Amino acid sequence: MSEPERPQEGDAEQAPGSQVPAERTGGDYAPSVAERLALFQRAGGIATPLLTAAFAFFVGGLVVLVTTGKNPLRTYQAIFDGSGLNWLFPWITSEERTLAAFNLQYTLLLTTPLILTGLAVAFAFRCGMFNIGGQGQYTVGAVVAVWVGSSFAGMAGVAHALLAIVLAVLAGALWAGIAGLLKATVGAHEVISTIMLNWIALWVGSFLFTLGGPLQDSDQPGVPVSGSVQEGAKLLVFWGEPELQGLHIGLFVAIGALVAFWVMLNRTTLGYEVRAVGFNPEAARYGGISVARNYFLAMAISGAFAGLAASLDVLGWQFRISETDVQISQIGFIGIAVALLGRNTAVGIGFAALLFGSLLNGASTRNLDPEIFKPELAGNLTLLIQGLIVLFVGADVLVLYLWQLRRRVKLRVARAGT
Amino acid sequence: MDERPVLELRGITKRFPGVVANDGVSLDLRRGEVHALLGENGAGKSTLMNVLYGLYHPDEGEIRLAGEPVRIGSPKEAIERGIGMVHQHFMLIPVMSVAENIVLASEPRHAGLLLDYDAARERVRELSRTFRFAVDPDERIENITVGQQQRVEIMKALYRNADILILDEPTAVLTPQEASELFAILATLKDEGMSIIFISHKLNEVLEIADRISVLRRGRLVETVPREGATEESLARSMVGREVLLRVEKRLASPGEPLLELEGLHVLDDRGLAAVRDVSLTVRAGEIVGLAGVDANGQSELIDAVCGLRSVHGGVVRVAGRAVTGANARTMLDIGVGHIPEDRQRRGLVLDFSLAENIALHDYAKAPDSRFGWLFPSRLLARARRLLREYDVRGGGPQTRASALSGGNQQKVVIAREVDRNPRVLLAAQPTRGLDVGAIEFVHRRLVEERDEGRAILLVSLELEEVLSLSDRILVIYEGRIVGEFTPAASEEELGIAMTGGGRREEVAA
Repeated sequence: MSEPERPQEGDAEQAPGSQVPAERTGGDYAPSVAERLALFQRAGGIATPLLTAAFAFFVGGLVVLVTTGKNPLRTYQAIFDGSGLNWLFPWITSEERTLAAFNLQYTLLLTTPLILTGLAVAFAFRCGMFNIGGQGQYTVGAVVAVWVGSSFAGMAGVAHALLAIVLAVLAGALWAGIAGLLKATVGAHEVISTIMLNWIALWVGSFLFTLGGPLQDSDQPGVPVSGSVQEGAKLLVFWGEPELQGLHIGLFVAIGALVAFWVMLNRTTLGYEVRAVGFNPEAARYGGISVARNYFLAMAISGAFAGLAASLDVLGWQFRISETDVQISQIGFIGIAVALLGRNTAVGIGFAALLFGSLLNGASTRNLDPEIFKPELAGNLTLLIQGLIVLFVGADVLVLYLWQLRRRVKLRVARAGT
Repeated sequence: MDERPVLELRGITKRFPGVVANDGVSLDLRRGEVHALLGENGAGKSTLMNVLYGLYHPDEGEIRLAGEPVRIGSPKEAIERGIGMVHQHFMLIPVMSVAENIVLASEPRHAGLLLDYDAARERVRELSRTFRFAVDPDERIENITVGQQQRVEIMKALYRNADILILDEPTAVLTPQEASELFAILATLKDEGMSIIFISHKLNEVLEIADRISVLRRGRLVETVPREGATEESLARSMVGREVLLRVEKRLASPGEPLLELEGLHVLDDRGLAAVRDVSLTVRAGEIVGLAGVDANGQSELIDAVCGLRSVHGGVVRVAGRAVTGANARTMLDIGVGHIPEDRQRRGLVLDFSLAENIALHDYAKAPDSRFGWLFPSRLLARARRLLREYDVRGGGPQTRASALSGGNQQKVVIAREVDRNPRVLLAAQPTRGLDVGAIEFVHRRLVEERDEGRAILLVSLELEEVLSLSDRILVIYEGRIVGEFTPAASEEELGIAMTGGGRREEVAA
């Protein structure tokens, strides 16, 4: 899951006879932050996220065992089956397969926006900023998408969908761009400003769809919900029944966004600047890079990903948004966990989004047998695992310790062998 | 002097994956002597001392204290056996007082529970008086100078009754004045019977302070020699393994047209106070102008202002005759101002970038590195490969992260990048800071070559010796003003007086 551009592990080890870098001879007892991070990155290529997830599931399992007395392994298996991932197994019966396909479609339906909100957090991270505003940017994008999608009745289908998507993307970019602009100009911390923007988005969205609100559906005056997206503007469903929330082509857009994310960061001068600013703004400035400009751009691009996520959800399977939807949506926040677990890399985010999509769906009320685990508790188990993952991702010292332990053991084994 | 060794290391070998950091090293330490451990970066000095201090366990060999073989399992055991170590990076708690830091982990207590602060302070006073440390026990660590913090570290060791003191590159963080104060303290400690191991890669200070000198090279002990009879040349030879030119060989400069002109420059520091006051100077093509001065007398602000990283508060900056006052960093780079920054890790390099990416730091947005915003990593790699070979950068290839390189090699990367752009003006701020003799020789030779290519070089250095040996003209900066101009024939004393404000303004030559 490591970045493709990263040197392979061991690349930095010297060829025999070459000069030994001071850092490697153990000169410093206390490694510098940079060294620690470098080690962490090398150790963490794929081991850290896997370890992190394993830890989280282990502790989650303990909680299941202690609080309910249920078998955690059976619970996890039920969640796995509920996510529809067993569709991949060749040995299941055709009856099971039908159900699994249905479940998997819904899992991937949830994975799609999670990939994009994960990217929204990750892109800002790569520029050294913590975008907590994915949720607000998602909400703004959703409002724009549903407004455009439900208006312009006469428009040609594809153009209509494209217009809705583009405007939603721009709305998300604009919303995040406000935070970027504030940081670039007056140095307002992006964590504070994006949180505030989240609340503004939430209450503006609620107001728009509430009873008598400007965007409330005029055909159903008693329901606080938006109008429906025009038939023509809906995204094509390529797997499953469109009426039963089949899988729409937005999944490919999200996968395309993963590729775009990688390309932007590693193959464009913009990405070079973003990464330079993210790693060391002082060196970037010295290199002739405008740090302020990159803060703004990186935030705007982050917001664009979140806006895209919202437009795909609205045009792909939700088609309308209620006041409650605006208030309870968590897609943007889960994106933070996705980005952290995926270590801000394209491939990592793809897998992390799938993991969280599976958890959300697999642990949902409709997919869990109450005999095995109470579904109303299962939702909390998802939150629990999500929280544990965020917690363990922060515990880099622990991971480092385990990594060094592993090396020490390896060394001892090697010495015993000679 | 008692000839019986208080400490013996016998055949210490310590291996790391792929590296033998210490290879059968033996040395002994006598009572009341300063024993210098000399070697280039990565020669294994710190590893050896970490073995002694219990941070590493040797793979082979033994340690004897007063003739008894001992096993030192941890720093705690080392301290109990009377070994104290002062690391390069201090391990002090900034918000606590001097006395609190010193007694930490072995505090005098009331009823075994509460800190007896008065007793702690009294003992620290006592220590301070005995050894003339001149440190106020009640002052907070964050409020005292680096030199004083180092003394607190030494006092920590003394407080724990150390009779062997290990100092790991103690002068690396000190100003010259603080260094000579440290040497005075070490002399006192020696007279009190302390045995001191002094790790360094600076030849002059080793010759000044040490009784005996052991030289390490690539993990092996090359020789142990008494100070008498040792010279900088002989030590440098055993350290590097070949003849080293300590003095820079250079022809007389033939200065051409003025490439960098400053007129009445005023610059403010981060707090908005005047840091550079009314500085006028000219650097011509083909000459090195040295800016000598004690640290924090406006040198950094001056350099930053010239390369567009800090705004100019007044005056004119001209490059090759063109007024560029207040231009941003991008413009300065484009009109040919190169800059070797004083802090390569904070500013000169993006440590998490590969060497290829670091080398592209100024030109990533131009052909051939990129076109229409599209980056060509293979071209970055090709250029990096060429430069790494040309500048003999060791320890990694174009894809290696900059953080994996030693300081000397990191500096070579910075210099390669700056010089390869063919700048007309090159600002070199402390270009050899923290480097060992081999790398210093390289940097010096390269700067002289660039001078001969016709570049105008402004050299800022805190090392008088460096300024004297490299520069064709020397300006002394004090409190943000140029207070004197000297030729390289000037003595260190003359410069030293001017640097501390002793020079009279009237004496300034044209």
